Amino acid sequence: MTAQDTTAQGGGGGERLYLLKVLGPVHVWALGVGIVLVGEYMGWNFSVGKGGALGSLIACWIIGLLYTCVAMIDSEVTSTVAAAGGQYAQAKHIIGPLMAFNVGLYLVMAYTMLEAADALVVGDLLVQVAAETGYAALDPKPFVVLTIAILAWLNYRGVFMTLTVNFVITAIAFIAIILLFLGLNPWNPSESLFHKQLLTDLPYGWIGVVAALQFGMWYYLGIEGTCQAAEEVRSAGRSIPLGTMSGMMTLLIAASLTWFLASGLLPWEYLGQSGVPLYDTSRMTDSNGLQVLLFIGTLFAAVASANGCINDAARAWFSMGRDRYMPIWFGAVHPKYRTPFRSIVFLIPIAVSFAFTGLLDQVITFSILSGLLGYTFMSFNVVKFRNKWPLGTIKRGYVHPFHPIPAILLLTLCSATYFATFLGYGTSLISIMIFYIVASVWFAMHRYRFVYRGDQFTMPWPRPIGH
Amino acid sequence: MIFWEIFSYAAWALAALLLGWMLLDLIKVSKDYSEEFLLSAREGADELLQQDHAQGGKK
Repeated sequence: MTAQDTTAQGGGGGERLYLLKVLGPVHVWALGVGIVLVGEYMGWNFSVGKGGALGSLIACWIIGLLYTCVAMIDSEVTSTVAAAGGQYAQAKHIIGPLMAFNVGLYLVMAYTMLEAADALVVGDLLVQVAAETGYAALDPKPFVVLTIAILAWLNYRGVFMTLTVNFVITAIAFIAIILLFLGLNPWNPSESLFHKQLLTDLPYGWIGVVAALQFGMWYYLGIEGTCQAAEEVRSAGRSIPLGTMSGMMTLLIAASLTWFLASGLLPWEYLGQSGVPLYDTSRMTDSNGLQVLLFIGTLFAAVASANGCINDAARAWFSMGRDRYMPIWFGAVHPKYRTPFRSIVFLIPIAVSFAFTGLLDQVITFSILSGLLGYTFMSFNVVKFRNKWPLGTIKRGYVHPFHPIPAILLLTLCSATYFATFLGYGTSLISIMIFYIVASVWFAMHRYRFVYRGDQFTMPWPRPIGH
Repeated sequence: MIFWEIFSYAAWALAALLLGWMLLDLIKVSKDYSEEFLLSAREGADELLQQDHAQGGKK
């Protein structure tokens, strides 16, 4: 693509830089599923520890409903607000600056911390390989930094290659789950799976199921990241809904298969605390081929997730910089690669710092809670969006059905998940709330005066109803 | 084991190389182009945005 193709003439005749519009639905799928699929390889199984195997399945489907609402609502709003920053840009246009600042911050924190956790997983996997080959003293730090550096470099050099790579490795990780399923004779499950012997009643009753909701989020956490590609897809109205909804279907299949396989081979007491449950499941098959495949799947899923997180965190930070919610310096686009290069580089040391704390649990909890705050916002956002611009007043690439039921359901399920989080991580929940309140006060008192209020509203929509 | 030690040093070296390259490129781009040009991006346009403003919803 030539420079002429990728720049445009500004209103005043000057050349203007834009992010490249080169992505299709496949890349949107790769971005969303790529971020999430690591959750099938690890993390979801802590819900088994809280609610037993059946409790985890209930959580899987209830939280699946929560994320289906998220995907439907996001698809409609993003198909209309075709801007990098995703939910941040939505909040800016539909609710207001303080909400937008908070949502932008949720996004950057959630993705940067998830990226750090993914890089830690890659380091830990290599430590395990080294230990199995007789070297128990391997330091994971160089591999954590290398993972972040390679992926940041890839992101720096261009979004098309970044998400094409993500598509390939995400597809391999997904196929690995399918092959594990096929390797266990699904046409005759009682021969190789032991659900009858392993499944128990709910060990901690229904309160255990509620507690499992928090870790049930692992099955789908991050699918909403597809919105960050809105400014770089060739047709946001078509690609975002297609990529997001197909991604959600992929995850519902992957989540159900993962639960079915792991709970049929591992007792819930072990499964509930396993570090790599799908890999452990493959070890029960006595097939070296499946074990190697699932190890590669685990590695690729972690790398794909970190890659997607770098992409999304940088877009959110870039958008906030462009609107002066953060220093405008971050709103720069690379003249050759057409990426938000300064935001990508700036977030590297932050991700490495989170990773070097080694506090995987806390990092992940902060990430999950930031995501949950974002979902809560979506339920209010879509109601306001439909009230201000009812159907027929602006073009939508996708209209989600049964409004306002998905919004009400989303808010109800988010509330239940807050309660579940409070049961297990009450102190973390309160700390995170205080962090965002302090950040909001800082924004309102010190930062908002730098925002060019007129410039931030870019959608050529008619005046909203009631204004 | 010597292999893993070399692997660790190689990982540090490659990470430093990539991070250094990005940093140098960032500085070079910032020097070679004006800030006005680098910061000229506006939120994306899409075919959905090419709307007829005369349609419903106007008050």
